[in-house]
Amino acid sequence: MSEQIAATQVEHIARLARLALTHEELTRYGEELGHILAYIEQLNEVNTEGVEPLAHPLAVHNVWRVDEPQPSLDAQQALQNSPATDGRYFLVPKVLEHYDAS
Amino acid sequence: MQYKSLIGMEIHVQLLTRTKLFCGCEVQFGTEPNTRVCPVCVGLPGSLPAINLHAVELAIRAGLALQCTIAGFTKWDRKSYYYPDLPKNYQISQYDLPIASQGILEYELHGERRPVRIRRAHLEEDAGKNLHDSPGMTQVDLNRTGTPLLEIVTEPDLHSAEEAFAFANELHRLLVYLGVTEGVMKKAQMRFEPNVNVIITHEGVEYATPICEVKNLNSFKALRSAVDFELQRQLAEWQRDHDYTLASCGKENRGWDDDRQETVYQRGKEEAHDYRYFPDPDLIPIVVDDAWQECVRKALPEMPLARRNRFMQDYGLGLKEATLLIEDRPTADLLDAAVKAGGPGNILAKHFISFWQQHANSRECTIAQLGVTAPRLAELANLQQLGRISSSAAATLSEALFSSDQSPAEIARQRGLEQVQDRGAIERLVDDALADNPQAVELIRLRDKKWEKSLGFLQGQVMQKSKGSASPILVREILMQKLDLNQG
Amino acid sequence: MGPARQLRQQVISGECSAEEILNQTLEAVTRHNSRLHAFLRIDEAQARQQARQIDDRRGRGAALGLLAGVPIAIKDNICTRWGLTTCGSRILADYRSPFDAHVIERLLAADAVLVGKTNLDEFAMGSSTENSAFGPSRNPWNPDYVPGGSSGGSAAAVSAGLVPLALGSETGGSVRQPASFCNLTGLKPSYGRVSRYGLVAFGSSLDQIGPFATDVADLALLLQVIAGRDSRDSTSVELPVPDYVAELEQPLDRLRIGVAAEYFGDGLDSQVRNAVEQAIREYEKWGAEIVEVSIPHLRYAIACYYLVCTAEASSNLARFDGVHYGHRTAERGDIIQLYSRSRAEGFGAEVKRRIMLGTYALSSGYYDAYYLKTLKVRRLLKEDFDRAFARVDVLISPTSPVPPFRFGERLADPLAMYLADIYTAATNLAGICGISIPCGFTSQGLPIGLQLQAAAFNEARLLRIARAYQQHTSHHTRRPELPR
Repeated sequence: MSEQIAATQVEHIARLARLALTHEELTRYGEELGHILAYIEQLNEVNTEGVEPLAHPLAVHNVWRVDEPQPSLDAQQALQNSPATDGRYFLVPKVLEHYDAS
Repeated sequence: MQYKSLIGMEIHVQLLTRTKLFCGCEVQFGTEPNTRVCPVCVGLPGSLPAINLHAVELAIRAGLALQCTIAGFTKWDRKSYYYPDLPKNYQISQYDLPIASQGILEYELHGERRPVRIRRAHLEEDAGKNLHDSPGMTQVDLNRTGTPLLEIVTEPDLHSAEEAFAFANELHRLLVYLGVTEGVMKKAQMRFEPNVNVIITHEGVEYATPICEVKNLNSFKALRSAVDFELQRQLAEWQRDHDYTLASCGKENRGWDDDRQETVYQRGKEEAHDYRYFPDPDLIPIVVDDAWQECVRKALPEMPLARRNRFMQDYGLGLKEATLLIEDRPTADLLDAAVKAGGPGNILAKHFISFWQQHANSRECTIAQLGVTAPRLAELANLQQLGRISSSAAATLSEALFSSDQSPAEIARQRGLEQVQDRGAIERLVDDALADNPQAVELIRLRDKKWEKSLGFLQGQVMQKSKGSASPILVREILMQKLDLNQG
Repeated sequence: MGPARQLRQQVISGECSAEEILNQTLEAVTRHNSRLHAFLRIDEAQARQQARQIDDRRGRGAALGLLAGVPIAIKDNICTRWGLTTCGSRILADYRSPFDAHVIERLLAADAVLVGKTNLDEFAMGSSTENSAFGPSRNPWNPDYVPGGSSGGSAAAVSAGLVPLALGSETGGSVRQPASFCNLTGLKPSYGRVSRYGLVAFGSSLDQIGPFATDVADLALLLQVIAGRDSRDSTSVELPVPDYVAELEQPLDRLRIGVAAEYFGDGLDSQVRNAVEQAIREYEKWGAEIVEVSIPHLRYAIACYYLVCTAEASSNLARFDGVHYGHRTAERGDIIQLYSRSRAEGFGAEVKRRIMLGTYALSSGYYDAYYLKTLKVRRLLKEDFDRAFARVDVLISPTSPVPPFRFGERLADPLAMYLADIYTAATNLAGICGISIPCGFTSQGLPIGLQLQAAAFNEARLLRIARAYQQHTSHHTRRPELPR
């Protein structure tokens, strides 16, 4: 974990995050992330042996919804913000059924 | 060359709930696209998931039936990948703490019980559907989005397509039985993904072919064919190239082409996703304590294989008939209820597999759906048991039970279906029959090798003369007496 | 415009109609908003309809709600059925929500008049509103200075007197810091106190909707309306909601105020320090016991916070992909290009930066080193607070280590901007509640805020203690001078 993250690594993260970044952005974010991560490194000073991770501040469990139907949106509402629709479906460019999502 | 096939299964089971896993939209198949969706389904900004309790209970029920350990503490994780049928671009699933793990399911093949270890079973939401019918565009329907699924993963304990097929059938029967799923294959309510490879021993060296996961098989037949094809393909591939191994090629995902009856390469392991699992901060953990587990365990019904064996033993059914009868749980429940109502088990079972099944077939429903109550079924069987009606009269009477509220005994009386128990009347008919058929009588007296057949013939003649109303037991008794045949 | 509780009385008594109050608000907005850019949009038709309905119902003798006729501003990351909900982002520039947030339903039921939606840093990521895709808001105390963020628009609107109340949202200080920059009272409720349903998520385990008001009494009224369980948010808690307004009048006895040295370390502006230390002395003078406590892990709060919030954000913001709603690139290409370009075009620099950081932290090979480690430190931090609150009622500290800053002053160095959240972010990590109240001014006449934090679900006592300060001081009564 160095001050600057390798360019290939930044590109990989951008691809995972589905962000088409320019060369300038990739360079800039590479540097900035390097700085921020270097700062975050200080967490390693903390002895966390035997400490349970805290994903959530609430110590609550078992909150349920009963299995009773609620009204759905009508199709018009469901599609109202869609950038491309034929009135029944959301439309996207052709995707392969087994396209690689990585 | 020796080889051993290893097959593990991943099975997606659609849980039988009214609403989706995280929202109140109804789970409904075949409705207009995008009409069973809400802000949660479309992943609209500001929407939040809320857990469907019934889905969790069904998962626990399935877990217990599969003899799994139920996690005392479990949580939800987000699995990230981008795909148009997954509007949030993450799937809510369970990663490192599945609700159930380390179970076992026994299935039967060639009369032999074989165990399959269950590695884990976890809850997750289904994705929507991408349709590829229109040119240049993919249409996205989110109706299925958020449907509750239980993903069951087995250890590689299956060794042939036949075993995979038998196991899948047993699992299906069990889960339908438990009411965990409706299990309608045509609606893809159960989907199989076998992981297949072959361990080959050749000149003292062991080779393992790549583990191939065949995605999304929607029928038992496709499962059997796909596993069969895969095993043959992997063997052939390895014979062509001994480097076709797990070590050098890794894992593979393959699809099943039903038209060509072959599997098709989709992607390799090096292209595997980085799913970036992490605990979903919108949802809180689930704690299943012992009391809850016990409560679900107590409500579990008898498992199908155990019930089948009991039916064979207690009701004198053959393997085939018993298997048929337990297939539909309400029908099997009805049979048990009729026995409990005082009916004789073996006669009831015969009624079920003969005329009740025929009625059900002609009405395109199950026996349970015929609507005849257990006490009436029991009474009908009792009439026959007591000799008051014949088995053929019982069949005739069964038809009448649909259109009348009267008791089977009353209907039998009114329609003259009761057997004649009057000894004098039957004796007269027997005398007539003997007089009419001297040849048969002679054969019996001479103990001809066909004498038993002749006796049957005479009995038939008497029954015919009584138009089927005579008690067959009484007819036989009188015939034997008059022909000086020792009884017993 | 007077305080909310007074406006409500006027509406109920008939001294003033809801529509008349709305007209005053709209007039003030017309006069000042173009300069302050507090509101992104005014929904006049909607507001007028609500006001008329309230007046109608009053005319028919119906009982009116807790916020009868009170105009209120809503941060534009809270969904409303009418108008747009943009989150200050190009990617949602035209987005219409088909549903109201839970808090919106509550406000409508309480007869508030929802005037419009306010500006924010894009997706609430920022401390100055400079990250809004629609341009920054300005501080009414001095338009060359930022109003704070991310709820800067809401803060500016209340501070300038356009509305008496506003809703903001908090992930790491986005209500308290702008409250402190604009001389307002602003609350971060305990995690789970207010439903997040309809709040566009940034860091789901940290986010809470919070109220702005000019004083504690008004703030209690608004909290009363929005607090409580909502079955649609699993993380909203089934705990009775106290009568915050009535509890304000309860006597304060045996008040113990904690001071932790970690909140007064390097990087704290001397004017801010002086103002807060003065406030501590005043509390002591009024009979409070000042107790020294420690939050040893506070120094890790920023590292911890920026990992948690960016990890969650990278996942929460994955849905903005140009497929089902929001901006879609005009460029042709395959589905991956559609995603990547739509997002690259739709998100601003800070949002992209945080998505990159969060994606990195969750990616294969780094999860344990970063995310898991962070969650462990988060627990240690929460335990620090638990220990402190076993000894004291509240912790007193500055809200922000610095007073309001000028536009552009902190944009160049993202890390420096992050570090300014040092005193507020820990509150969200621990899930406790915190309030910022005015406690003085810098030599340039810019407001300084004082922060009080209390244990989770202790809002009633927290408000009571903050109220005591306002009963003895007048900083909160000062208003900025606005050009006519």
